[in-house]
Amino acid sequence: MGAGLIRDLGFGAAALVFLLLIPAFGGGAGLNDFLIYVAAYGLLALSLNLLTGYTGLVSFGHAAYFASGAYSFGLLMQSGEVSVPVAFVLSVGFTALMALVIGAICVRLKEIYFAFLTLAFQMMFHSIILTWVSLTGGDQGLMGGIPRPVFWGIDLSGPESFYAFCMVVFVICALILRQIVQSPFGHTLRMIRDNPERAVFLGVNTYWAKLLAFVLAGAIASVGGILLALFASGAYPEFAYWTMSGQAIFMIMLGGSRVFLGPLLGAALLQGLNHYITGWTEHHGLVLGIVIVVAVLGLRRGIADFALDWAQSRRERRDAPADPAPAVSGEKA
Amino acid sequence: MDLDALFGCLSVPACAVTQVSTGLIIGMLLFLVASGLSLIFGVLGVINFAHGAFYMLGAYFALAAYQLTGNFLAALGAGALGMALFGAIFERLFVSRIYGRDVLMQLLLCYAFVLILDDMVKIIWGAEYRMMGMPQSFAVPPLFIAGGPVPPYYLFMIGISVVVGGLLWLGIARTRFGKLVRAAAHNPQMVGALGVNTSLLYASVFGVGSLLAGLAGALAAPVRSLTPGMGLSILIESFIVTVIGGMGSIVGAFVASLLIGLTRSFGSLGFPLFVDGAMFVMMALVLILRPSGLFGRQV
Repeated sequence: MGAGLIRDLGFGAAALVFLLLIPAFGGGAGLNDFLIYVAAYGLLALSLNLLTGYTGLVSFGHAAYFASGAYSFGLLMQSGEVSVPVAFVLSVGFTALMALVIGAICVRLKEIYFAFLTLAFQMMFHSIILTWVSLTGGDQGLMGGIPRPVFWGIDLSGPESFYAFCMVVFVICALILRQIVQSPFGHTLRMIRDNPERAVFLGVNTYWAKLLAFVLAGAIASVGGILLALFASGAYPEFAYWTMSGQAIFMIMLGGSRVFLGPLLGAALLQGLNHYITGWTEHHGLVLGIVIVVAVLGLRRGIADFALDWAQSRRERRDAPADPAPAVSGEKA
Repeated sequence: MDLDALFGCLSVPACAVTQVSTGLIIGMLLFLVASGLSLIFGVLGVINFAHGAFYMLGAYFALAAYQLTGNFLAALGAGALGMALFGAIFERLFVSRIYGRDVLMQLLLCYAFVLILDDMVKIIWGAEYRMMGMPQSFAVPPLFIAGGPVPPYYLFMIGISVVVGGLLWLGIARTRFGKLVRAAAHNPQMVGALGVNTSLLYASVFGVGSLLAGLAGALAAPVRSLTPGMGLSILIESFIVTVIGGMGSIVGAFVASLLIGLTRSFGSLGFPLFVDGAMFVMMALVLILRPSGLFGRQV
């Protein structure tokens, strides 16, 4: 555990240094903006994978917490009465509370029923945003910009400092998620996914474990929403629309759900394809669709999962050249 | 919120008739799409995320055939049979390759086809709204029922949907093909071991499901404006219908479609901004109180 923590911290620090050095080496504003997008959507996908990949709960309503973070943070900052850190903590807290209430109802259900009920709650949230025009601006979104007052001597108004802020927040959240996944609680979640009866026999209260995972995932998704709201200087009802949750699922499936950073890879790929294909052809749906079809039919699993299986079968062949037993695709991350 | 408008309309027969007829045609289109979705899910276990795109494609096929021949029956046939063929080929070429894989992988594949088909339609027919217009034979003055005008085409749509729904029920409950379909839904290995060509069976089930989506699209073409992406909202409503009615139940899909159709048409008077919200509230209530749906078998 201790060694794993040190390794994760080292990896996180190295990744952060690398990300912070990108602008200094001629990354350009376009690349910075792209990485901020990837960080925001990456948190959405990584946190959803705590439910989908590690607990076996396919939530189709995860973007509700993303949107809740964006809207509550935007509204708190627009009120002008709180600083950035206070608004940040309050937004995450509010979202966790919302996830607690919704999760308490949803995690009783299994499989596809769970997926549909989370979808229903997300769309109710979306409808409330559209209907409560006086608070949320309805279908126009939260207009008027989100102020970024100086806090703790940090000024987020410049693009460089804002980029650095996003990267630091992203790396911290990813490290927190990683520790959750590697903790005994994370292993309990895997057991609930693989064999819920066994988990119950061993004295695990699966209801509370699933609910806790639901709340933690919602809270981290809200941080992604906060980053995106700050970046876009507004919050929009599309954040809460079901296609946003769908995209998060597709990021996980494309990147891979069994490797911790797989969903991040998926987020980077989908966002990257979206950004760069749009500049290159107007038929970006066609190109993106064909890329996904080729990936799905060619690999039949996420890209990182494919790499994991490939590396494992290679290692097994090297270790036991005489044994022709097929590689077992196992759980590693 | 404008509940006065809602109650005002309910107390005037003419207004109520108009709203009911609008609700019925929304419901019937939904019923066709949702029963296809439910059939494919029930037998193949695939959530066909591209079903809304099939509905859209059916509408555009019908538009093309109508512009070519000027015959509305040809348009209906092109929409329905064209999509049946398309669906069967789609199943053989793509979906069949990932049976037994993660269900979410199938979802991702279907999503890719939503993107591809939307863009194909954009390339072939353009991104702007297209209108088919009312076919000649239906371009007649509306009927008046209790003082409310009802276009004859609405009655045709309702009639054809009820007939198709009845045929679907009969086909599944009473024919040999239906027996095979139900058996394959239950235990595909055993059906295969008994000498039934399950590949062909799967392709035809996918074809029938797609036919229903295509028929709905073709029926919608004269009364809806056609646009790429028109399948998105009907897809999500079909999910609601499937959940409320109970997965795999045709009767359930019928009742739930009517419920959603009427909620849409009356809701647009009383609570226009919260119509979607109201549908999802109903869906959530059903899932919480009776997860298997109103007409589904208890799990």
